[in-house]
Amino acid sequence: MSPDKLVRMANQIATFFRSKPHDEGVVGVAEHISNFWEPRMRAQLFDALAKGGEGLDPLVLEAADRIRPVRENA
Amino acid sequence: MRLIQETDFGTPASRAEKMITLSVDGFDVTVPEGTSVMRASMEAGIKVPKLCATDMVDSFGSCRMCLVEIEGRRGTPASCTTPVTEGMVVHTQTEQLKSLRRGVMELYISDHPLDCLTCAANGDCELQDVAGEVGLRDVRYGYEGDSHVTARSGDQPNMRWMPKDESNPYFTYDPSKCIVCSRCVRACEEVQGTFALTIEGRGFDSRVSPGMHEDFLSSECVSCGACVQACPTATLTEKSVIEIGQPEHSVVTTCAYCGVGCSFKAEMRGEELVRMVPYKDGKANRGHSCVKGRFAWGYANHQDRILNPMIRDTIDEPWREVSWEEALSFTANRLKNLQKDYGKESVGVITSSRCTNEETFLVQKLTRAVFGNNNTDTCARVCHSPTGYGLGQAFGTSAGTQDFDSVEQTDVVIVIGANPTDGHPVFGSRLKKRLREGAELIVIDPRRIDLVRTPHVAAAHHLPLKPGTNVAVLTALAHVIVTEGLMDEAFIRERCDWDEFQDYAAFVADPRNSPEATEAMTGVPAAEIRGAARLYATGGNGAIYYGLGVTEHSQGSTTVMAIANLAMLTGNIGRPGVGVNPLRGQNNVQGSCDMGSFPHELPGYRHVSKPEVRDIFESLWGVTISSEPGLRIPNMLDAAVDGTFKGIYIQGEDILQSDPDTKHVAAGLAAMECVIVHDLFLNETANYAHVFLPGSTFLEKDGTFTNAERRINRVRKVMSPKNGYADWEITQMLANAMGANWTYTHPSQVMDEIAATTPSFAGVNYDLLEEKGSVQWPCNDANPEGSPVMHVDGFVRGKGKFIVTEYVATDEKSGPRFPLLLTTGRILSQYNVGAQTRRTANVMWHDEDRLEIHPHDAEQRGIRDGDYVRLASRSGETSLRALITDRVAPGVVYTTFHHPGTQANVITTDFSDWATNCPEYKVTAVQVTPSNGPTEWQVEYEEQAKQSRRILHAEPAE
Repeated sequence: MSPDKLVRMANQIATFFRSKPHDEGVVGVAEHISNFWEPRMRAQLFDALAKGGEGLDPLVLEAADRIRPVRENA
Repeated sequence: MRLIQETDFGTPASRAEKMITLSVDGFDVTVPEGTSVMRASMEAGIKVPKLCATDMVDSFGSCRMCLVEIEGRRGTPASCTTPVTEGMVVHTQTEQLKSLRRGVMELYISDHPLDCLTCAANGDCELQDVAGEVGLRDVRYGYEGDSHVTARSGDQPNMRWMPKDESNPYFTYDPSKCIVCSRCVRACEEVQGTFALTIEGRGFDSRVSPGMHEDFLSSECVSCGACVQACPTATLTEKSVIEIGQPEHSVVTTCAYCGVGCSFKAEMRGEELVRMVPYKDGKANRGHSCVKGRFAWGYANHQDRILNPMIRDTIDEPWREVSWEEALSFTANRLKNLQKDYGKESVGVITSSRCTNEETFLVQKLTRAVFGNNNTDTCARVCHSPTGYGLGQAFGTSAGTQDFDSVEQTDVVIVIGANPTDGHPVFGSRLKKRLREGAELIVIDPRRIDLVRTPHVAAAHHLPLKPGTNVAVLTALAHVIVTEGLMDEAFIRERCDWDEFQDYAAFVADPRNSPEATEAMTGVPAAEIRGAARLYATGGNGAIYYGLGVTEHSQGSTTVMAIANLAMLTGNIGRPGVGVNPLRGQNNVQGSCDMGSFPHELPGYRHVSKPEVRDIFESLWGVTISSEPGLRIPNMLDAAVDGTFKGIYIQGEDILQSDPDTKHVAAGLAAMECVIVHDLFLNETANYAHVFLPGSTFLEKDGTFTNAERRINRVRKVMSPKNGYADWEITQMLANAMGANWTYTHPSQVMDEIAATTPSFAGVNYDLLEEKGSVQWPCNDANPEGSPVMHVDGFVRGKGKFIVTEYVATDEKSGPRFPLLLTTGRILSQYNVGAQTRRTANVMWHDEDRLEIHPHDAEQRGIRDGDYVRLASRSGETSLRALITDRVAPGVVYTTFHHPGTQANVITTDFSDWATNCPEYKVTAVQVTPSNGPTEWQVEYEEQAKQSRRILHAEPAE
């Protein structure tokens, strides 16, 4: 999918979890993406993060380490 | 098999708890207080002759046939209007009664044609039956006098005679056969709630009249069929009965249109369907129906139906009809090669919310056990996926909390983003009945839907919000309830997490969430919000019913949570009459979700990452199940455009027409190398398909559908599949062609597998369904007879969870280029993409999609009613004809999406719900300008569709 769309989707999730207490919000974003995003989408997100995460909500950046990694040859 | 004859008790059942014992013709009978003598007699097995009484409507006392004698009372009271009393002694047959009845019957017959042998009701005529019951042997008045029977009276035209009204495509009205019992008029009022019929004139001039002496089609009649069902003679008769004759056997089955899930008797003659008659024991519909389920089943025999498998190498070729073996091996080879070349995850499935639970289960099993991935999704993605997520978070289960009967005990109803009289008509009628009894109504909808003001129903509050501001309005309602102290604190303390509630209460109480602060944003006057909040919080049992106007937004899931918050706040959960009620769109969308159609969940809503859940299926199926969530429909299309998703098996869904941003869907489909469409017709998606597998209709297979109230209803085969196989058999053949070794011989075996693997279905099997008629899940050891109401003693998740619902405006905003907001919906006579209803006479009510626009916006643009207009958004443009109406507010336009020519989804965008990717159909910024006709895209599309539907028929064997 287009990078813009991926960023928008991630940021939409972050926007919802911003109304939670901060730590809960970070976990919320990470769990949501881990539970609902297919590995190809997560791989694209990790690519975007590796390139500096331009346009991504700070909550997504903070959640990044907790998002389920993508196994090679999955 | 035989023709199911339901007992007509003459008057409705009484709900009273106090029991009364009386004697009827020497037999003691005990019935609830308030029961009529007629009904009590029938309970004892004694049928009192009757014409104007039927148990679907209140007693009327006009026909004078049901007279009885009661010891100690003078005269001969009508048994239908006389309530039972303790110790009453009733005689239904005396010399006096016999003579009175015979005299009245003689008068009836003196104004009725005697063409019984050639009459369509021959064999199903209550007038005929009663004439027989009272022993009528002669009509002494002769037939020369004044009558309504013949067109001419001697050599003069008979001014009393009226010709047959054949305007309705499904039934006729023959006034010459009418006995003016008013059953049709009362059915229209009491059961359907449309009030389209009346009795005009007085005395001998009395006639049944649709509207103001109009024909049926031009009147307000919605063709629900309740009048036809109520008519005791041939006056109102199905055209199919006139054409074919009386049915000889019938089978109870479930309608395949909307999520109400009405039970019908399919009345048959051999394998020919004569008519569908709503089944009184059906717990969803209680004997009522709408125009679709009752009449719009002719698509099953439509000439467009494809009956042979077809394949083609590329989508610019014509279709080639082939054998099942060739089609299946072609498909299996392509899929296997794609998986070899592009990986296991390069293919997937879309399960059908139109097919049975058993079929859906097998389709998701195909991708999980045979393809080896979790790439399965269903049309719930584009409708109620936010319900699943939102209610799951708040309550611990995505289930709607009530049954439909619950509405009978509701005092205040909130309808938000739903239009039940069009989308869920039979529930709409049940709701209107309760509203006429005095329940209060709050409508939250940008459009003035019929319910806001309809005969004998008026909403106490209509909150005409701007599309996209649901969360702001619901939070403002909660603000009023919390700041005015109207919440049910005892309920919250006992049932919900108190700390979370306090965070939530502090959030909603913030002045920025007040109705006054949000008025400019939502367009709803603050006073209306305050009034509505007070009414809902203090008016007794409060129930919220909602539809896709809630879910199909960027904040769809948040809105669902806001609804759950309101219900918990006011203690409106866990008993009859209250609750959170998602009105599900398709007949089996509830079931398709239950059956594990979502890419992240195995059957029963259990995440694929849980090893203990995968283990259940892995050990039964002997495969390894992926622990990774699969692709959702929009993600599949994105991946297809990216080149990593190559093949898809789509059962019974038309994503090209129904999904948003048509051009993107088309690009995704065009990028795939193996698109398999399994459907009744060459739908729009099939324009991009390489394999077409012909499907079977709900009349041609066994199975179950689960409706919006979680009710599992049987679907029963009444005729052989015209395409040769039921859909579950076709999926099994495809799985086996791919190397699986499935050996199901009946859908009941699939249900047994569902029950063995899914705790909420553990107690479900076909024997139980046969015995109970239907059950509502959860049905297991804890709830052996199913669960009409959820969360009775506590929430499924433990404590109810209040969730902060911050309003976030959608990115889809109106501006100078696109100053209007488009929202979409559906109409009574058509269903979804119209694949079925457009192939029936229902097109007489709606043969094109129209754009509703406010007179102010129309005038500014120089648009007149009926003009072609161009409708454009940042995604695309289309054209359709305008309908000028103040149902929509200035700044808002509305259309339906039933016709492929309209291409309404060329306009909708790829914005979606934050949690579930449910598309934002309900808000698109658009511009409307005058136009001369179809856009270039529409012309090109039609040409492409025509090209792609070419078929080379197989050479007949010499």
